[in-house]
Amino acid sequence: MTDQKTIVTAPEHRQEIVITRTFDLPVDLLFMAYEDAEIVAQWMNTKVLKLESKQHGSYRFETPDPMGNVHGFNGTIHSFEKNASIVRTFEMENGEFPVQLEYLTFEKLGDDKSKLTMHIVFQSIEARDRLLKLPFAMGINMAHNRIQEIQSTSKQ
Amino acid sequence: MNLRRDVFQALADPTRRTILLLLTTQAMTAGAIASNFETARPTVSKHLHILTECELLQAEQNGREILYHLNLDKMKEIADYLEPFRRMWDERFNKLENIMQHYHHKPKP
Repeated sequence: MTDQKTIVTAPEHRQEIVITRTFDLPVDLLFMAYEDAEIVAQWMNTKVLKLESKQHGSYRFETPDPMGNVHGFNGTIHSFEKNASIVRTFEMENGEFPVQLEYLTFEKLGDDKSKLTMHIVFQSIEARDRLLKLPFAMGINMAHNRIQEIQSTSKQ
Repeated sequence: MNLRRDVFQALADPTRRTILLLLTTQAMTAGAIASNFETARPTVSKHLHILTECELLQAEQNGREILYHLNLDKMKEIADYLEPFRRMWDERFNKLENIMQHYHHKPKP
């Protein structure tokens, strides 16, 4: 039904999401993008305060938003298998979302083709749905702010 | 709220997804739709009924025939729910891919 490279599946009655993506990259380069702090910082658009890419390691990121607020994220790495898989937790430090568990699987599809499967398990269906709606809600907020900006400048 | 759940249940079935796919290019009668499946015609009718009930399809009287076509507004409503989330990840992954493709081409020291 689709030839999109990134696919999100959110089964209706389960507290999980599966995100899959195929990359025109060899699997070791795809994995490196998760392993190397400097590269993570680039594509995640974040400051990497700590990233211990190993079993029982942990990580912590700080990401500024367009309004200049800083958001902290952290987690623990439960297992780390080079070019194959990472199991880790993920927590947003604003306290609005419970900790989630992430299973990342890296697969070689060819010499220059690989696939990432990100299986995220949430505390509840409600928490999952709230997270799924976040980008949608942010989009509405940004549109709303823009309307207010236009209105306030037109009043002056 | 119940209706929303029905829509997702309707979409969970592969036969119903195929029906929706068939109707993306043209409106069709129940008979024409059924001719695309091995299953008995009453089974296809049941699927059409479910899809119509949750407003994914609209049935329209056209002379002696009933034509089924997609309700695009409803389809869009469902797509919109996950689309911003998917797009956020798609953009991130595009960036990752781009960075690593250039990394690949950098001469090794």
